[in-house]
Amino acid sequence: MTETISYAYAVARDDDGTLDRALSGLPGVADASVHLVRAGHRGELVVAVSPVPEQDFQESALRAHLEDLDWLESVARAHHRVIGALAERTTVLPLRLATVYLDDERVRQMLDARQEAFAGRLSDLTAHTEWGVKIYVEAPAATDRPAAPPAAPELSPGRAYLSHRRAQRHAREDAYRDAEEIARRVEDAARHHAVDRVQHRPQQGELARGPGENVINDAYLVPVGHAERFRADVLRAAEGLSGVRVEVTGPWAPYSFATPPETEPTRRAAP
Amino acid sequence: MNEPLARRTGDYPSRAAAPGGQGSSANLADILERVLDKGIVIAGDIQINLLDIELLTIKLRLLVASVDKAKEMGIDWWEHDPSLSSRASEGSHSLAEENKRLRAEIEALREELPAADEEEDAYEEAEYVEGEGGEEYEDEAEPEESRPAPRRTARTSRAGRPAPRSRGRRRDTS
Repeated sequence: MTETISYAYAVARDDDGTLDRALSGLPGVADASVHLVRAGHRGELVVAVSPVPEQDFQESALRAHLEDLDWLESVARAHHRVIGALAERTTVLPLRLATVYLDDERVRQMLDARQEAFAGRLSDLTAHTEWGVKIYVEAPAATDRPAAPPAAPELSPGRAYLSHRRAQRHAREDAYRDAEEIARRVEDAARHHAVDRVQHRPQQGELARGPGENVINDAYLVPVGHAERFRADVLRAAEGLSGVRVEVTGPWAPYSFATPPETEPTRRAAP
Repeated sequence: MNEPLARRTGDYPSRAAAPGGQGSSANLADILERVLDKGIVIAGDIQINLLDIELLTIKLRLLVASVDKAKEMGIDWWEHDPSLSSRASEGSHSLAEENKRLRAEIEALREELPAADEEEDAYEEAEYVEGEGGEEYEDEAEPEESRPAPRRTARTSRAGRPAPRSRGRRRDTS
């Protein structure tokens, strides 16, 4: 009896018609099963869709839900899970979270209207995956204050403290300098393999708690054949300097590259 | 056609436990960053989406980005958006309240964040007597302040191809 509307995850290409199988048994948002809406003359362009309760995605309900990090997390993970399953089989263009249509027919209309643009971007992204590269500075934090100053018998306690502080500060400066150097090396290494790069904001909030301060948060678009070397070379670039950590995540579906670089943002465009 | 991602991931034994982007154990901040801020934006049939996702993105940035950055992004963007102020004039009280609440939240967070540093500075100034040392220290403590304003979207910070840059001026490269 609950009214449902259609939640769209991603546009994908289903060249051999096997994509349905990749989705079978996979729970989407609200644990609903995911199906494909097709367009294109051979039906090879698809949008992965699942029904969601209308009441949860209406204006007021959605607003309330979005306040709820648990709700958001479960929707985000389901969204990501479906996109990941698609990306294991084919090229995908992820849609932003909570792209919702009244029914599948409306999804089909959207797909029909944009199929050329979608097909173009899909072929650009074929056999590429996204890799995240984050660089963290793990310098001794300022809050290490209570650490005992190194024994320096010739100094008064006050001077010993100051000299300790200075050393600490220099360590931080060194770490940032090292991070810069590593960022350069990482970039050089990545450039040999990647075809595109997007710089994300460094993660600094509550959810991003990890050792160190995130100073670089980039995404690279890497041809599948280069993925291993990309990862190895990037990690190797980080070797030898302490106090700086490089983290590589992926492979991701090409979230950061779904919209072609040349086109104007489509945000706020009429449906 | 493509080799399945799972198999590619399988080549990295060190990551087997957490296959980065694809696994259910992927870092929530990484996932939220992508599913909310990246991907194709199409207005669906529920028009509220754009507004809510914008608000959500801002809230998310309070979580995964620094508060200052959220503010630099233009936390009050909806006040200047005609399509949204018309919504507001429909008597959307809750939006105004939401707005107010967000502002209060930001204020609170802003006060919270520098507090630790100020405390540190006081300590620093009291004991550290090398002229401008305290200020220099402050810069180190909050390196993001010396960076240019963050870009609003991934698109704007996209480089045609990876290009050289240094940390301090990295946003100027595209």
